[in-house]
Amino acid sequence: MSVLVFADASNNGKVKKASFEATYFASQIAQQTGGKCVVLSLKADDDSKQKLAHAGAQKIINITNDIPAISDVSVAAKILLKYTQTEGIKDVVLPNDIQGKAVASYLAGLLNTGIAPAVTSLVSINGSTYVFKRNVFSGKAYAQISISSDKKVITLLPNSLQIQWNTQNIAEIKDITENDNYTPRVIVKSVEKTTTGGNIPLPEAEIVVSGGRGLKGPENWGIIEDLAKALGAATACSRPVADAHWRPHHEHVGQTGIAIRPNLYIAIGISGAIQHLAGVSGSKTIVVINTDKEAPFFKAADYGIVGDAFEVVPKLTEAIKKFKASQQ
Amino acid sequence: MKILVPIAQVPDTTAKISFTDNNTKFNATGVQFIINPYDEWYALVRALELKEAGLAEKVSVIHVGLADADATIRKALALGADDSFRIDTDPADAYVVAQQLAQFIKNNPYELILMGKETISYNSGVAAGILAGLLDYPYIANASKLDINGNTAVAHQDIEGGYQVVECALPVVISANKGMAEQRIPNMKGIMAARTKPLQVIPAYPVNITTKYEQFELAPGRSACKFIDPNNVEELVHLLHTEAKVI
Ligand SMILES: Cc1cc2nc3c(=O)[nH]c(=O)nc-3n(C[C@H](O)[C@H](O)[C@H](O)COP(=O)(O)OP(=O)(O)OC[C@H]3O[C@@H](n4cnc5c(N)ncnc54)[C@H](O)[C@@H]3O)c2cc1C
Ligand SMILES: Nc1ncnc2c1ncn2[C@@H]1O[C@H](COP(=O)(O)O)[C@@H](O)[C@H]1O
Repeated sequence: MSVLVFADASNNGKVKKASFEATYFASQIAQQTGGKCVVLSLKADDDSKQKLAHAGAQKIINITNDIPAISDVSVAAKILLKYTQTEGIKDVVLPNDIQGKAVASYLAGLLNTGIAPAVTSLVSINGSTYVFKRNVFSGKAYAQISISSDKKVITLLPNSLQIQWNTQNIAEIKDITENDNYTPRVIVKSVEKTTTGGNIPLPEAEIVVSGGRGLKGPENWGIIEDLAKALGAATACSRPVADAHWRPHHEHVGQTGIAIRPNLYIAIGISGAIQHLAGVSGSKTIVVINTDKEAPFFKAADYGIVGDAFEVVPKLTEAIKKFKASQQ
Repeated sequence: MKILVPIAQVPDTTAKISFTDNNTKFNATGVQFIINPYDEWYALVRALELKEAGLAEKVSVIHVGLADADATIRKALALGADDSFRIDTDPADAYVVAQQLAQFIKNNPYELILMGKETISYNSGVAAGILAGLLDYPYIANASKLDINGNTAVAHQDIEGGYQVVECALPVVISANKGMAEQRIPNMKGIMAARTKPLQVIPAYPVNITTKYEQFELAPGRSACKFIDPNNVEELVHLLHTEAKVI
């Protein structure tokens, strides 16, 4: 059965990494069920369309006009609903980022069907029962979840898989204008950006540099940002840091913040409380820098430096810069 | 305006996670349960604040679950909710929860349905969206600030790298993120009052169950940490490149 992916590129024409991952994942499901991988993209540029094909898309329906109403997730879900009907779709895959999750869950409601949220891999497909793996209990455990509804909505946790790009794959591309008049009910009045450093969304980042209360105050975040910049990383923080407004809320990771699983997580001046670990323990490699050799975070770390962040971090930034220069 | 706050029950954040029945069930033995922090600290407290400000006449809480959750529901009443409902069924997944809530709301309309961003147990984060879709109500996900202005909800909706200010006419489903309110501790008066506040048990509506947790497994621990001399950060860079292969 055919699988539909939604890839919103309306911001700048570029499809996000998480949407390529969703496309690759959907193409694997399509392959196993004898269906087609169809991507509904919004204002994707030519380069992105080609990359969607290389990620596994067989058909790309690209909406070329502005649909301001789409900022209302219920409108995005209704447009997707329409294409599930016209394309004979059974399964829909979206990235489990903020927008993807909201649109996917709304769509599941419209379809009156089940959803497998934030999955990390496909375990098996047996008739109309699919089994996925996902993280539960904030990364403390994994679970296999089966979904057996006729129609299925699936969201894929970013950074869960390695895309095998197939540069030979060619997709049928249809550029279309979406003329239905949707009226948004949720109206966006203004957009406020609070990111300071690079523009890498935290949930998608492959490297994350994170600071805790050990940094003493917001004025000291320069060393965190410099290291993040040298690594091309996103920045994050512990909860008390966000609570004290040293850093914006959306940088707070952990059980009550966001859960991330980058390739590399560097924790600086963070003690490693269980609620913090809950949001980061899925990271592939963890580096901890802390003055206290008894800090619990070292028990969850792969590499540790017992030392003062204010001395170690600038040195590390220099070493990274040198390394990067030597790689050129 | 009436506000409905659906609350989930989750293991305490420090609870030891384990499984029974051949790793097919969460082991609740000895585990302390709490109201899901997003539902309690942010959704419920903000609902109470709106009532205190004279913007809502009533705050109800609702839980989809079995009788073992009654103590958790009483805690929400102790914090100040006016009345409560429990739909008597196993909350198998977010779709089940959303279907039950949708049926309830069709029979008992509320102008504002204020939920948590996700449960800290199964981390689904989809019940609010499914509910909104089932009811065809507008949906504001991940709101970190919420005000009511006449018949309109005004919210800060967190997006990647910032937030957007959004407006929406009621009725609406909103999921609360951190920042919407500050945690409150119930006082003695609230705890006493909670004993006599209504907790109405409602038989489950017939709904579909489409997902099932088949198997659990604990995340493997990490091997011992390799310590690196603070005067030799080059060694760390080298290991990250050659051993961990992450840079
Ligand atoms: C229900 C609940 C949910 C929670 N959810 C979260 C969550 O989602 N995320 C979260 O992060 N927390 C959460 N917490 C809070 C958590 O329990 C901890 O209080 C918090 O993580 C501690 O933050 P921290 O490590 O930055 O600060 P601290 O615990 O104060 O640690 C600071 C660390 O910095 C080190 N340090 C000091 N000076 C230096 C220096 N110069 N150089 C290097 N290191 C230095 C210290 O040795 C110490 O280890 C939650 C708590 C509860 C009860
Ligand atoms: N059993 C339940 N009863 C009532 N509300 C629930 C229940 N489970 C989840 N919710 C609500 O749905 C939100 C999101 O849950 P979930 O999608 O399961 O992560 C929670 O924050 C609660 O507000």
